[in-house]
Parts: sequence; C-alpha cells; structure tokens
Amino acid sequence: MWRRSASFILDNRNAAPPQPPAAAKPDTLTLSSAPPPTAAMADALQNPNPNISAYYQTRAAHHGVVTSDWLAQAQAAVGPRSVEGGDGSSSAADSGGVGGGGGGGVGRPFSVIDEFNNWRKQPDLAEAVAAIRALAAVIRNSEATTMMELEIELKKASDSLKAWDTTSISLTAGCDLFMRYVTRTSALEYEEFNSAKSRLIERAEKFGEISQKARRIIAMLSQDFIFDGCTILVHGFSRVVLEVLKTAVQNKKVFRVFCTEGRPDRSGLRLANELAKLDVPVKILIDSAVAYTMDEVDMVLVGADGVVESGGIINLMGTYQIALVAHSMNKPVYVAAESYKFARLYPLDQKDMAPALRPIDFGVPIPSKVEVETSARDYTPPQYLTLLFTDLGVLTPSVVSDELIQLYL
Amino acid sequence: MAVTSLAPRIGVRHGGWPLKLAPQVANEVAMARAGLSYNRKDHKSISIPGPFQTLAIPILSRSSTDRPSPDGGADSDDGSAADPHAAIKPKVRQVGFVPRNAPPEPPARSQSYPAEASSPPLSDSPAGNSLSPVMIPPPRHLSDNLAAYRTPAVPVPETARRRAGHSPVVGSYDPAESLLGTSSPAPSPPSSGRLIGDGEFSDESWLLRRSNSAKFASSFPGGGFDLTAVKAVSAADLASDANVKKTTEKSKGSALEVKNEAIPSSKPLKAKTTKSERRALQESQRAAKVAGRVEGNKSTAAASGRVTSAKAAKQPTQKKDVASAAPSVAASEKKGSDRAPEKDKKKDAPAPRMQFDDKSRVEKAKRRAVVNQTEARNRVELFRHLPQYEQGTQLPDLESKFFLHEPMHPAIYKVGLQYLAGDISGGNARCIAMVQAFQEAIKDYVTPTEKNLNRDLTAKISSYVSFFTECRPLSISMGNAIRFIKNRIAKLPLSLSESDAKTLLCSDIDRFINEKIIVADQVIVRHATTKIRDGDVLLTYGASCIVEMILLYAHEIGKQFRVVVIDSRPKLEGQSLLRRLIAKGLSCTYTHINAVSYIMHEVTGVFLGASSVLSNGTVYSRVGTASVAMVANAFRVPVIICCEAYKFHERVQLDSICFNELGDPDAVLKVPGRMDVNYLSNLQNRENLQLLNLMYDATPSEYVSMIVTDYGMIPPTSVPVIVREYRREQLLI
Repeated sequence: MWRRSASFILDNRNAAPPQPPAAAKPDTLTLSSAPPPTAAMADALQNPNPNISAYYQTRAAHHGVVTSDWLAQAQAAVGPRSVEGGDGSSSAADSGGVGGGGGGGVGRPFSVIDEFNNWRKQPDLAEAVAAIRALAAVIRNSEATTMMELEIELKKASDSLKAWDTTSISLTAGCDLFMRYVTRTSALEYEEFNSAKSRLIERAEKFGEISQKARRIIAMLSQDFIFDGCTILVHGFSRVVLEVLKTAVQNKKVFRVFCTEGRPDRSGLRLANELAKLDVPVKILIDSAVAYTMDEVDMVLVGADGVVESGGIINLMGTYQIALVAHSMNKPVYVAAESYKFARLYPLDQKDMAPALRPIDFGVPIPSKVEVETSARDYTPPQYLTLLFTDLGVLTPSVVSDELIQLYL
Repeated sequence: MAVTSLAPRIGVRHGGWPLKLAPQVANEVAMARAGLSYNRKDHKSISIPGPFQTLAIPILSRSSTDRPSPDGGADSDDGSAADPHAAIKPKVRQVGFVPRNAPPEPPARSQSYPAEASSPPLSDSPAGNSLSPVMIPPPRHLSDNLAAYRTPAVPVPETARRRAGHSPVVGSYDPAESLLGTSSPAPSPPSSGRLIGDGEFSDESWLLRRSNSAKFASSFPGGGFDLTAVKAVSAADLASDANVKKTTEKSKGSALEVKNEAIPSSKPLKAKTTKSERRALQESQRAAKVAGRVEGNKSTAAASGRVTSAKAAKQPTQKKDVASAAPSVAASEKKGSDRAPEKDKKKDAPAPRMQFDDKSRVEKAKRRAVVNQTEARNRVELFRHLPQYEQGTQLPDLESKFFLHEPMHPAIYKVGLQYLAGDISGGNARCIAMVQAFQEAIKDYVTPTEKNLNRDLTAKISSYVSFFTECRPLSISMGNAIRFIKNRIAKLPLSLSESDAKTLLCSDIDRFINEKIIVADQVIVRHATTKIRDGDVLLTYGASCIVEMILLYAHEIGKQFRVVVIDSRPKLEGQSLLRRLIAKGLSCTYTHINAVSYIMHEVTGVFLGASSVLSNGTVYSRVGTASVAMVANAFRVPVIICCEAYKFHERVQLDSICFNELGDPDAVLKVPGRMDVNYLSNLQNRENLQLLNLMYDATPSEYVSMIVTDYGMIPPTSVPVIVREYRREQLLI
C-alpha cells in the first residue's frame, strides 16, 4: 500500500489531472494512510516506511494510476488544509514559483527534508533538482556568517537528505553535485559572503530550468537515432524517453513503440497512454514477452534511475533482462539520462546496491511462507548498453566514468 | 601526438562543456551530429586534453593544491595550484548544472599533459641512445638470475631452503652462511614490508656466494634474426644520422654524441673525455654499425613474420627518437640551457628500449655497465629481445670494482645489491627502497664547484638509476617515482641555497612515499572493503601487499569471509601471504593455479594486485594473473584489481612479449628439495632445450571488472583519464 501525503493530490490537480486508465486499481491506493499535515511534519524526518523506497513512492505518486473517485476523496480530505495552509508553510500551492520553498515557516524549525518533500512533489521536477532546491532553501534559511559555517550546515543538510532516502540515486547525486559546487567552486571563496550566498541560491534555482533543458537536449540529440519505420521497445515510464519520443513525433518521424507493462507499478501503461495521445502506434507487452518480440524490435530505449561509474545503469526491474535479450540479438540498447543522474557508485553485480524495495500486488493472496522479491530495480552492466544519450552528448558507457572523474576528483 | 587531429572531437564534448547546458539546443544538436561518429567505443582510449583539473584528491589535504608551484608562464592556467587567480577559475566540471553566465572555462589545452621533466640526456641506460631509463620503466632485464633468490617472500627458513636449493653452489660457498647473513638483519617481509632490510650482511653473503661462476660465459647465439635486427636498427640510425646532417653540418654526429655523452654522465668519475676522444669513439662505433649492416644484408634472414614485426616495432620508435629527440637533447645538453621546450617532444615519443637481441648495442651497453653479467645461452626465441643472464656473474665483478667506481653512495649501492639479490621484491617495497636511497644520497650530496645543483644532481640520479637498472630492471612504478624526483629537481628555483634545496627535495620524497603509497593504500583498502560482503569467498593470486591489507582490514572490521589463495611455482609467493593471513585468524584455502578452474565455482570475488596498469586498461602483473582473471571472467566472478595510481602508465601493451622480465630459467627446471623429480637437472645447457621463466603477464581489460585506486573505483577504461588528469599533479604533488 502506498502512503502518500495529501498535498500530492493538489499538485496533480494543479498540473494536468491524471486520467484514469483502464488498469487502475483503486484498492491499491488508500487515502486513510495519508497522515494529517501536522503529523506529517513531525515524522517527516523519519522515512515513514523504510521498507518502501521513498524514491519509488514519489514515482508512483507522479506516474501512478489514480482513479477519479479517489481523487475526489482526496481533495475533500485536503480541502481544509489548503485553506489554513496559506500561512506560508510549505504548501503545494506555491511550489510552482521558483522563489517558493521558503519552507521554514515561522515558529517551526526549518527542515531540509520537508523542503525536499515539497519540491519533489512537483511531477515535472526531477528528484535531483528537488534536492538542490531544498539545499538552496537551507542556504536561504541559514544564519551562517562565513562560508565555512555555511558549508558545514549544507553538509549536514545534504547528509540528512541522503540518509532520508538511501535508495534514490538521483537524490544522492543531486546532493553531491551541489555540495561539490559549493565546496569546490573557488570562485566563491573570494567573494563577499552575502553575494556568494545569493549566487549559490541563484544557481540552485537555475538548476530547475536546466534540468528541463537537459531533457530537451537529450531529445534533440537522440533524433538521429530514430529512423522512419523503426520499432522501439521502451521499458517503464521515463520522462526523458517520453520527451524523446514526443520530439520524434514532432519531427514527423514514423515509428512504432512497444511498451512493456512495467510491473509492478505498471508504469509502462502510463507511457503507452501518453504515446497514444500523440498518435504513435503502440503495442503493450507483458514484461515476459520481451524476448518473444525482440526480433521485430529495432532498438531498445530506456531511461535510468541512475548511471553508475562503470557506465552501467540502474533502472526499473527488468531493464537488465531486456538489455541481455537485446544484446544477444544484436539490437542496440540506448539509454536516455540526464547528467545529474550520474552517480559515484560502482555496483559489481545485482546485489551490490542498496536495495530499493517496493511492494508488489499479485492480485491474489500470497501465502506467508512464500518469499517475494520486492526489489524495484536492477543493474545493467555497461557491456550491454550501446550508447547513452545525455545532455553532455551522446556517450559510450565508458565515458561516464570520465565525466565522473572530471566532476568529482 | 594526435592531439591536434582530435580538435573537432574535443569540440563536441570537451571544448564546449562549460556552457554545455546553456547554449541553444540547436547548437547542441549540430554539435552532436558532428560528433556522433566520434563517440564510439574507442573514443576514450585516446587521451583528450580536457581542461585540467588540479583539484586535490579527497584524501590529500587540500592545502597541497595551494602550494606554490615553481612553474609558471605558459601553463599558468593548469598550474593553478600555483597562483590564486588560477584557483579562482571554476575547476569543477559542472555536469548539467551551470547557469548561462558561468565563467567560461579556459580553452582546452591542445598541448598534451605534464611536462616531463626528467632529463634524458643524462641518463645512461644500457640502450645506447636511449633517453632516460626513467621513461622506460618497464622490464628490461638485466639481471635476472636473481629470480631464484627473490623467491618466495617467505619467512626465513623457507627462503633459506630455496636459496640453498637454487644457488649455483660452488667452491667455498656455504648456504648456511648466507642464511645467517640474510635472515638476521631483516627478513625483508616481501609483500608487506616496505622497509629496507639493513642488509649489510646479506650483501656480503651474496658477494661470497656469487664469487664463483664464470664471468663471461658466452656470446650471443648468433642467428639470422639477430642480424636482421641489427640491420634494421642500423638502418634507422643511419637515416637519423642523415637527418641530423641535413639540419646542421656541424652537429653531424650529434645523435651519436648524445649516446656517448650519456656514458660519461653515468660515470662521472671517468670525467669528461675530450672531444676528440669522443669523436674517435663515435667513428669506430659507426664503422661497426655499418659492418653489422653489411653482414645483415648478406644473411638472407629467414624473414619470418616475427622478424619483420620486430623490425617494424623497432624502427618507428628509434627513428623518431633519434631523429627528433636526440638533436634537441644534444643541443640543450651542450648549451646547458633550459630544457623546458624539449620536454613535450620527448615524452611523446616512447623511449627506445634496449633490444637484447641486437648484438652491437648489447656490446656497447656492456662496455659501460657497472655490473658485468653473462647472458644465458638457450633463450627462448620469442623472448630474445629481453635480457637474460646467467646467475651469479655480477657480484664478484662488482666487488672487485668497488673502489674503482665513481663514488656511488653507499645507500644506493646497498639497495642495488638488494635488488640484485632479490632481498627486496614487490612493487611498492622496491619503489620505496629506491626513493629512500635517493633521499640518503641527496642528503649527503654536495654540489661540486662550478656546477649547478639542478643539473648535476639530475645527472647523479640518472647514474644511480642506471645502476639500479643493471641490478634489476626498473618497474613502472619506480619509473614514475624517478620521473617525479627528477621533475622536482628540475623545478627547484635557482635561487635556493643548497641546503634548502636538499631539505625541500627530501621532504618532497617523503611526501611522495606518504601520499602516493601509504595513504593511497589506506584509501584503496577503504574502497575495496566496501565490496566485501559477509559470506563472500575471495580469491587472490600470489602475494600482493595491498590485497593482503584489504583482507586483513576487512577481517578486522568483522566481515565474515573466506579466502582462497592461489599460488604457483616457482616463486610460491602465496605461501608467505597465507602464513600471515592464517596468523590473523582468517579462514583460508590454499591451492595451486592448476586447480583454479575448480575452485572458481565457489568464489564470489577475485582481488588481484598489479605491477602496473597501462593506458588501455591492460593489467601488468605477476605471471599467472591473466589466467586467473580469465577463469574468473568465464565464471562471471568479478575481478577487482587493486593498484595505486602512481603505478599507472600511459603506455599501451597488448601482449606479454614485447616487455617483460625473464626470471632464472633454472627455477622452472628444478624443484628444490625434491631430488626424485629433478629429471632435468643437468639439461639446462642443451641446445635443444629452451627454458622460459616469465615474470609478468598482461591481463586484457575485458577480464577486469574494476580497478580500485586512490582516486576511487574506476572501470579499466578510465585509466587514461586518471593518467591524463593527474600526471601533472603527480609530478608536482
């Protein structure tokens, strides 16, 4: 069962209201678990359910399949809160503005995690960007008077943010990236403190736009690889992949897409939905039909939760097997990923990662003796990937490490 | 180098990156279109001079970047360590995170990285015209007979036994005596030990034991191949000579002169030969060469594929070097001017290596060698270009000449003899011993009157290096260390007083040892232990001190794992490792490499050390490593190479043949202590028996899952990035 905070619904209402696909399962979404707002603040410091990856909760919230009746209920539930939430405390209403996010309301101690949680509720905002915005809020709320103090404060904040959700690679990468910028950019060292501070905040805010732009760049870069009449296999839902395909449609490319179902959260269905709106011929496959259809496929295009130092990717469960099948049939596997997903991780094998767990609904009761593999993602080694489309250019997997070395060392 | 030809490609990713995100999308796309084809697999194996990063490694104090660096001028932008303004420029490679108005990065430098400061002309490697031996770190085997003595790094009794077994016992030599000698001062724990055993005793005992065998056992086995090789080489030389002539009539023989000048530098005592003497020498050498060529022409040279390939391999390097580097070197040498401009040129061209199947060169090298050695007779065809000597021919000679030589510093002498005897083995231990010997020598160094410290000391160091090379071919790590020291010397400001300069150098050396080896090891240990999980079965091969540290540390912090130690004859180094691991309470399995395919089933990770990691990701390590890595790869077991970054080298090697070290051939023939299986004991000099005791092999990068260095965990494809980004820093520290 997902726990989701009620404010998410407001977000979704502010943005495009999600339409109920046929596959929606209302019973997987319980409203009762949404904690009252004040309580949320209290336990926000603690990841509410360590057994479930917060990262995937957010994803589910963004991409999840929501029925209209559930939405109505949720709206009713949060209604009162949004009224009283006008006191400037982090309500979702102000999340659209760049300057928003002054999360630390009066009287309540500022918490970077709350801040982060507010930011990441925006469906279009990547987790790394949310993290950076949250850190910017830390700077804004900081009472530090020297760069050193500020650095320490930031370090603490980013550590707590990272500890809050160890499963999210882009959160970690975003924090690292920003910390890296603060501690390593010596341009700041020679400036007057306040201007340095405001410059940092400015950077952080720009980052949001940049992350949007990164997607555009990737979409443009990848157009050369999508040719007329090709069949593309996609796995799961990825905003970048969607952007790529959208751009291809705009460029009048004629292609068709196979979407995997993307169990357990059925994110593939959502992608299929989006693509259908663009009039792209789409076929939905169950996850196990990948090998069956692979001979018709011309290329595999996937997103990534994280790109690791070896050049491999960590992505939705099932990516690895798709890559293996594609590799054995000599089909190219392309990965679309923004560069802020590059993480200093080096998993040697599948088990060599912090597991991100996610409940799986099998539709039938599972006997308690039976174990369920609840890992949400797998690691695809670089030798099975052909190219990475990033905002830094089209890279071979081995270049990822170069970029990371340049960035972090 | 191909740097300029890379320019367009640089534009795609590197040149443009600082504003990467900001520029119009259209631009990006255009660039990407242009660049698509570049971003192919091999893209990164070419070194692209990206903007230089001079950030300190995390583990090192940041202050190290703030040290003023003595060099300025042209490369002030990457010598950013030096001036605060350079430091202001953002050094962060900002990925996806740069606002439009970010200050643009200084343009990517088209020059390739670090200026190589070592001063080749002074070096005197056996190769006649070679540049500095420093630049040729790899295996050049002068004295290999030591192999037997280097034996397992095992505790004393073992060593003694083996040594006794192997030694060419003759005359008054008493193994027991040598045992006493070697063991008492310091058993020199080979893998973990980075201390130099104070080996006065052992030296003596070695002197003793070697004092017998024949001095000049033989000449080369002449053959068609040798002759053709000679031809090839001499042809190259002639060509270059012609070149030189063209450029200036005056410096007609400058190339050769350089070679000869190298000689005096190695033996400062010999003082300067007069110009006429040198000229005479040149003439005679040239005559000899021409003669050799004629001879070569006559012999039809059974032109097997190998021969031609050998030629091909040899010619380019030599031509290039002699033609380009030598004249400039000569010039700078003569004028005593600053050598800076030539540096780049020099380091681009790989220094020619001594080819030991080239008779005339070997003769030449021999003439000025301090250590006289005798070549082994039945050498394996494919490895004739590597030196292989009969055992026990050097020391008596050294002993007799002890007082004749130039005053070699005792510390240097001691370490050299320890190399020769095999008392110090293991990459780090050898490197530290060498560097510390240099430190001693520098402490006692006094600049001769009318000489300049920078130049004279460099010459001194070069002569020491050539002595070490004769004792045992340098390892790549040692080459890098020497390069560092020479660089430091060259960069000393002239205004510095002698004592200040000396203390500065000594502290630099200390820092090198500390940062590049000791702290680096700690960082590697920390990284590597994150890859050890409870329940793992870790396999290691041979005895690598860094792997040992990792295993011990992981055990210390309470990880539950088992260790499989794979070993191989003849060195049986694994036994010493095993002994220490067992002593610490680890649960171990010990087996020989023959069983590796069986044992690999249960293994979950392979940790290996390396003598060096080359630019294409090839791991150059103890022979047998490649087989272990291959088997592990076939079983889908991750292979983790642990190696300090100072052992990285920009060279590329595809096989284990061109550069390697040959061990004592008898070691493979005999099983010490087992008379019943010594069927071959008297056969070593048979014409139709060739023995090969290879010391190293090259593991292709496909078999390597990860390389753990002090810069973190990187894939083998990123070695050139580290080399590119940090070579400069490494030289400057």
